[in-house]
Amino acid sequence: MTIDWINFTPGSALLGGAMIGLAAALLVMLTGRVMGISSMVGKLLGGAEGEAAWSISFIAGLVMAPIVLLLWQPAGNLPPATGLSLPILAAGGLLVGFGTRLGSGCTSGHGVCGLARLSPRSLVATLCFVASGALTVYMVRHVINSAGAA
Amino acid sequence: MIRLAALACGLLCGFGLMVAGMTDPAKVLAFLDVAGAWDPSLALVMAAAASMALVGFRVAGRLARPLLGGKADLPATRGIDPSLVAGSVLFGVGWGLVGFCPGPALVALGMFSGDAAIFLVAALLGKVLHDLVIPQAGGGPMLRFRGQG
Repeated sequence: MTIDWINFTPGSALLGGAMIGLAAALLVMLTGRVMGISSMVGKLLGGAEGEAAWSISFIAGLVMAPIVLLLWQPAGNLPPATGLSLPILAAGGLLVGFGTRLGSGCTSGHGVCGLARLSPRSLVATLCFVASGALTVYMVRHVINSAGAA
Repeated sequence: MIRLAALACGLLCGFGLMVAGMTDPAKVLAFLDVAGAWDPSLALVMAAAASMALVGFRVAGRLARPLLGGKADLPATRGIDPSLVAGSVLFGVGWGLVGFCPGPALVALGMFSGDAAIFLVAALLGKVLHDLVIPQAGGGPMLRFRGQG
């Protein structure tokens, strides 16, 4: 394991993380809801009538964040380019949608809020998705791609 | 009022994700690439976020009701079951393939990222597919809705 010191950004990671955590803290103190973003996205398709309204509002906040930032930085944020083909993007999305529904959560619900609630379930979930994510990247970058290059 | 609070929290969370660099899938994948040039930033993001949220949940736990009224709706604690493990593993595979998870993908959508739009539509389809193929255990869809994520 070699740490990439050039791209490691501890300061902005801690500051950004604290902002994400503050958002989760404010949401639960003010509204009594857990900041679980995959659940909120699920509610876009309807189902839990009273819950849809706040979920849509939170999602609107997420989508509007880079647009609001344009007021300060008119140069804007370039959208991230993944360089991935449509089938890979679609397969990744399908797995994320299916998996977060089956496992009742994603990085925000289990990784941030669940860990904050000291939930053993969320700890197990977080270890599972970090491990399988790391294994997937290992397979793609160091097995499939290096085999292709050889 | 609750909607306004949720909107403000969503904005704050979105700014946090941008500050942390988590809206860039390359940075997320660099965290997951433990055998390559490893960027530990995401671990610090999660640690800082969970620590901050821990204080919020402690305070919320002492309140009789949420500050804006209504009734708190926190997921009931359940045991560790095969669905939790299988679902989280599948989510990790998708996360590792693309480098997006739902929150950062929504922020990237606000940057007019076509990749994020494709990913999010597919994620919605994945949710629909789940509900078609997995029988809804006791209580039906409404009960299963109360996940954490």
